Amino acid sequence: MNMEKVVFGFFIVLAATLNFGFVYGEAADPRHHHLWEFFAAFVVNIVATVLKLGDRTQVGAIHLATSLVALLQLTAAALVWFFASPVDGSLSEDAMVSIVSLSAGALLANVVSVTILIIETTVQRR
Amino acid sequence: MGPAFFLAIRRLRPPILVLVGVFAVGIAGLAILPGTTEDGGTWHLTIAEALYFMAYTATTIGFGEIPRAFNDTQRLWVTAMIFASVIGWAYLVASLLALVQDRAFRAALVAGQFRREVRALSTRFYLICGFGETGMLVAKALDHIGLRFALVDIDEARVQEAELLELRQSAPALAADARLPESLIAAGLQKNECAGVLALTNDDQANLAVAMAVRLLHPGIPVLARAMNRETAANMASFGTDHILNPFATFGDYLAMAIASPGSYRLWSWLTGLPGTTLEPETAPPRGHWIVCGYGRFGREVVGAFRSHGLDVTVVDPDEAPHDGLASVRGLGTEAGPLQQAGVKDSVGIVAGTDDDITNLSIAVTARELNPQLFTIVRQNLQANRPLFDAFDANIKMVSSEIIANQCMALIHSPLLAPFLEVVRRETDAWADEVIARLEASIGERTPSIWTVGVTAGSAPAVHRAILFEGSTVTLGDLRRDPARRDERLACEALYAMHKDKPVVLPPDDMLLEPGDRVLFAGRRSARAAQWQALRNLNVLEYVLTGAEAHGWLWRKVARSG
Repeated sequence: MNMEKVVFGFFIVLAATLNFGFVYGEAADPRHHHLWEFFAAFVVNIVATVLKLGDRTQVGAIHLATSLVALLQLTAAALVWFFASPVDGSLSEDAMVSIVSLSAGALLANVVSVTILIIETTVQRR
Repeated sequence: MGPAFFLAIRRLRPPILVLVGVFAVGIAGLAILPGTTEDGGTWHLTIAEALYFMAYTATTIGFGEIPRAFNDTQRLWVTAMIFASVIGWAYLVASLLALVQDRAFRAALVAGQFRREVRALSTRFYLICGFGETGMLVAKALDHIGLRFALVDIDEARVQEAELLELRQSAPALAADARLPESLIAAGLQKNECAGVLALTNDDQANLAVAMAVRLLHPGIPVLARAMNRETAANMASFGTDHILNPFATFGDYLAMAIASPGSYRLWSWLTGLPGTTLEPETAPPRGHWIVCGYGRFGREVVGAFRSHGLDVTVVDPDEAPHDGLASVRGLGTEAGPLQQAGVKDSVGIVAGTDDDITNLSIAVTARELNPQLFTIVRQNLQANRPLFDAFDANIKMVSSEIIANQCMALIHSPLLAPFLEVVRRETDAWADEVIARLEASIGERTPSIWTVGVTAGSAPAVHRAILFEGSTVTLGDLRRDPARRDERLACEALYAMHKDKPVVLPPDDMLLEPGDRVLFAGRRSARAAQWQALRNLNVLEYVLTGAEAHGWLWRKVARSG
């Protein structure tokens, strides 16, 4: 067992699960989408991206690309959240839907990332 | 993005991860911990505000407590985060510094730069493998005549030396093993602009590997390979290496030529001399008994040259191996004993040919003390010892690196020179003396510039056009007329020509030039520059041919109507 592989797999899967957990639920209902879950998903996505940096293989390049896409989507969602939220912290339904759909895009990228991870593992058979 | 970039990113991954972690924990803590307002209520930082606060605190910019004053719990948390983030930044900076000093990273940076420079080479260039004394001489000479080159050497110190060399044009240099094909490919072996490869390392096997790689990876370009052993030379010849440079064998040939025909040797060394030297007085090794100190690769060639002319030789060598029926004395030759035993009093000359410079000088000095009339041939191994050898003033000095460099330059610079030198070797002493006298009368004692003129659209467009389209007759003598005053001769002589695909030695002035002819000239640099105008400019050529000043179209119209 390779500790590096464990950490790598852990963060990629965690990025996807947190992302899913945030997106899951009624899109317009703020009660289904918690701010801290978004924050955690964001941070874990950054960590996953950094872990993927510096790999020169073809698979490594696709891995990095998916992470960058996810990060871009989440950043957009974070900006929407930042500009849409009034002082008291409540969000309009429109803003919530927009944030959730952007995060759903990030989720798709994360799913691709996990899929690549699985394919890579099965191909290597070690 | 090159390998250096990826290496840098991989090395910086841990500190970046630490910083991401510190920021995440810090932001989360700040957003969760409640603050106290003046009227006793609670307030929270938003995540965006917490990010802002962490960003300016972690980087030690410290704008203060924004948006409002913190309470004690918050301050405790911020204190912890300040220490954590400072450690994170320090870790990042330390990693950056370590990376910059890292050998692998630097090598990757240099290799990346080398690749870019090689890719940018858009003119004809040569690839020099091995940048020792020989390589450096060749590089300087190539630079002198305006040709570009790329360097590969296994020793990083020598590559750095190359960067310190004051060259007119930049030369990409890489520290890599030339035996590996990938090094040669990185150095542009497969580029169309690569005009030839010079394998000049001090390792015969490496030179062999380079020659082989070039044959397979870029067939059709010439390879000049140095071979110190006859076996390597034979191996190289077996797969068609164009020019095999063995300085010892070459010197043996020189010596044989110098004994048989001193004039030919003089002409040869004058024409192949490095720029800036002058015509040496005739130095013919005398006939009689010779002593050869050191019977290695060099000694064998020298003894072979002496014996082929029936000269009597005694070998002085520390090894007591049977020397093919030669008279031999055991010893180094640095002391009087072995030299006297070898008959130094009755000898006409001595060859100090060991592979150690100080030993060679010691031999020569001792021998000259015993017999001041001795003709001395001294082998110089290292360029660094040159002042010593200059001070000793031997009759003939043998420097391997210079012999190879001269050969390389002659082959690269003027391909017609090699066949002419072959003629020189075959011809008689009297013939050579006559050629020297003729050259000296017209161009002086300085080592002449050697160049080739081809009657082609590329090399001499004006002449080519005049012969082909205007039906002019251009003789060889016309190319020697001064474009400023056509009755005067340029300081140059034609040595050799390929006329209608047949070689002509010392072509006469009335030879009619045909398209495709090539002529080898020797002369002053200024003569070459003057001749160049007539070759390229139709008006100058017309003046040279007919004496008529050429004019533009408008002037001709006016002159005709007037």
